[in-house]
Amino acid sequence: MDALSSLFVALDSSTKTLDKLQALQHYFESASEQDSLWVLWLFSGNTLRRAITATQLKEWAAEAGNIPRWLFDECYIRVGDLAETVALCVAQTETGRKNLELADWMKSISELRTQSEVEKRQYIVQSWRNLSQIQRFIFTKLITGGFRVGVSRGLTVRALAAVIKVDAATLMHALTGNWHPFDTTLMTLTDGTGLNIHPYPFFLASPVGDIASLGEVPTWQFEWKWDGIRGQIVKRDGEVVIWSRGEELITDQFPELKSAAQQLPDGTVLDGEIVPWRDGPLGFSVLQRRLGRKTVTMSLQQSAPVAFIAYDLLEDQAADWRSFALSVRRCQLEEVVSRLSDERIILSPLVQGTTWAELGQLQAQSRVKKAEGLMIKRADSPYRVGRVRGDWWKWKVAPLSVDAVMINAQRGHGRRSGVYSDYTFAVRDGEQLVPFAKAYSGLTDKEIRSVDQFVKKHVIEKFGPVRTVVPELVFEIGFEGISASKRHKSGVAVRFPRILRQRPDKPVAEIDTIETLQDLLRELS
Amino acid sequence: MIVGSSKSCVYYNYLQRLIVFTEKGLYCPAGDFYVDPWRPVEHAVVTHAHSDHAYPHMKQYYATPISAAVMRVRLGADIAVTERAYGETFYINGVQVSLHPAGHVVGSAQVRIQVGNRVWVATGDYKLENDGLCEPYEQLQAEGFITEATFGLPIYRWKPQIEVQQDIVSWWKHNQAAGKVSLLYGYSFGKAQRLLSMLNSFGPIYGHGAVVSITRALREVGVDLPPLERPPLSKDPADLAPGALILAPPSVGNTSWVQRFGDYNEAFVSGWMSIRSTHSSRNIGQGFTLSDHADWPALLQAISASGATFVQPFCGSQHQLSRYLREELHVDAPDAPARYEAAVSTEDEL
Repeated sequence: MDALSSLFVALDSSTKTLDKLQALQHYFESASEQDSLWVLWLFSGNTLRRAITATQLKEWAAEAGNIPRWLFDECYIRVGDLAETVALCVAQTETGRKNLELADWMKSISELRTQSEVEKRQYIVQSWRNLSQIQRFIFTKLITGGFRVGVSRGLTVRALAAVIKVDAATLMHALTGNWHPFDTTLMTLTDGTGLNIHPYPFFLASPVGDIASLGEVPTWQFEWKWDGIRGQIVKRDGEVVIWSRGEELITDQFPELKSAAQQLPDGTVLDGEIVPWRDGPLGFSVLQRRLGRKTVTMSLQQSAPVAFIAYDLLEDQAADWRSFALSVRRCQLEEVVSRLSDERIILSPLVQGTTWAELGQLQAQSRVKKAEGLMIKRADSPYRVGRVRGDWWKWKVAPLSVDAVMINAQRGHGRRSGVYSDYTFAVRDGEQLVPFAKAYSGLTDKEIRSVDQFVKKHVIEKFGPVRTVVPELVFEIGFEGISASKRHKSGVAVRFPRILRQRPDKPVAEIDTIETLQDLLRELS
Repeated sequence: MIVGSSKSCVYYNYLQRLIVFTEKGLYCPAGDFYVDPWRPVEHAVVTHAHSDHAYPHMKQYYATPISAAVMRVRLGADIAVTERAYGETFYINGVQVSLHPAGHVVGSAQVRIQVGNRVWVATGDYKLENDGLCEPYEQLQAEGFITEATFGLPIYRWKPQIEVQQDIVSWWKHNQAAGKVSLLYGYSFGKAQRLLSMLNSFGPIYGHGAVVSITRALREVGVDLPPLERPPLSKDPADLAPGALILAPPSVGNTSWVQRFGDYNEAFVSGWMSIRSTHSSRNIGQGFTLSDHADWPALLQAISASGATFVQPFCGSQHQLSRYLREELHVDAPDAPARYEAAVSTEDEL
């Protein structure tokens, strides 16, 4: 734990990538192999299954910190992070503990799940009292998950690759997919034997800036940007697995896709988009009904049908195709998909255009096509790793937007805690204001600080952490979709709402009305 | 009791209170004067010279000589200030007032108000720890105690100054060994002088113009501070004394003013640095937690030692501290108006 907390402090006290890389290398050089694996696993965003509820943690921490429970909750609102709140509210009262390795801590923590509440509580409170503030924070993060340290997985992998002297790309591939430090070793991860269900790291597109700068139209390939979830279908050794972009196995959530993909030959990996589909794309809200479920019934498969729109071929006949040009991969992809008889795996149609102006007109029709815009891919590009600019661009249509007024504000979480950064927005309904969206993102830190000052000085009422404020600040709120909703007062639910910009020029009397939203709903459904 | 004809709206019309909350700031109805008002009034008793306490356009200010000196730098040489030493008794509209050390920044004061044998105190900002520079906090006894609550949550517990000093010095030494300039950001009045006084014996220190001008004004009125100069104007970092540390206000971060120092490391010094999200939301790497405000244990200690039967926390976590006092300590501590959460706002947040 001492080595891990030193690593954490080093990562936390610098914003420079080089410093972070050095800190990671320094850690890996002296850490045991098992501890290195754990750090890699944790810094990749993995978490142990939670053995303790947040409520239990809050109760125990309030008692250990000798403060009433409501005051602990107030502290949590201010800090924005449960583990940090615990670390600050509970004090170290005992010393002389043993410095256990991370792997030992993880073992004890994973064993909590089978223990009684009394045992859990004793272990956790005892640990809190035995640890320094920073270690108490890390320990609680290990229990609650979500251990974010401002380091990408790529950087962690780079550091480890340099220390154990393997190629970073190979290590990255070996670490893609789900593996667990309890049942693997660095050796098995890197010798290639554990790779049979692994996906490839996803290549991610970047938003395009200036279309004109892309040069000649014929050097590019165009497709619709479908509104679904990114996925990879891996068929190897007679087995089909489906991975999400977050590298989670989602095979069981899409049994019809699994069965459709059984027809693929062994040694095939497809990249594509899982979209809600019945003779054409359906709204994203249909797909949402399929996500995060343990079991998917037949009736759900029928009422919320999906298809896999394949747009790339990463592996064919057990060979890695990623270094071939996109145009070559596309030819072979068409071949592979054409041999399937199941219409739930579809080839992503190419969009044809000869000039940027013509493509612009097509792009403008995206919403009617139920697409989010166009994908622009360089025809001779390899399939790269991660978000590398230059070869894959997304050309999204402008979001839908309305002008709305801020009516409530709440302090944010994480890096935005302590400032009022979460807002509720309303449109006009006659003389009334009706809330229709909450948005957290879109403002710069500087703008947030100025809104924060406004909120503090224009509070009308206080409901727990929520402040109602004088409806005065007008913002343009963007969103990607709109659907009817009985749960919302406004009768509509908007997708991905965010702040596009502040509208100091616009008086509250001139903001949009509920009718504007209802019109949009009619147009797009 | 005769109540002056106040033009301001009184939130709480409890005339038996010696200090009430109005929309212009803290108000003493018996003496028709304000403490740290933010709108123009006739009589403004100012606890200290931070700009969120000493606002412009007051007809008559009352302050300690040191506060007055800083206020003249910031609000103009022509402001009307009645200077009063610590402990000196004076009268405003017949009400007895005196100023007492608050330990927040040099010159900072608590305001003690006495009507008959009743005593109320408005603390202004304060801290209990002796920082070695400003006059140490004086514990007053009062029936009503109007206390700041900027850091009124149990998450705020400061380390002793000596430990923070060691942390900063070892960061500075580390930068020196790496051949880098050290940039320390802290508020230009108060924090910067405290740092100067803490760190002066460890190496060469320069100050940004804003820090230098305040430091000079303080030296002129006899505050025991070492002389402080601006860094040389040249763009060549080699012209600085080797291993230099520069004190600057946070607002100069990422500007050309700091970029000219070439290879430097920067760190912020503030009580808010105790919360991790404060660093990350401002993309601050290094932060040192050093505050000029009372932390949670200190607030409870001062409140209890005041012997007050009526306590009115305001600013920052005012609601939380009030509720804690009511429910856990059974003290009469009503909520201040929500507007007072931001009574101390931007200026010394960083």
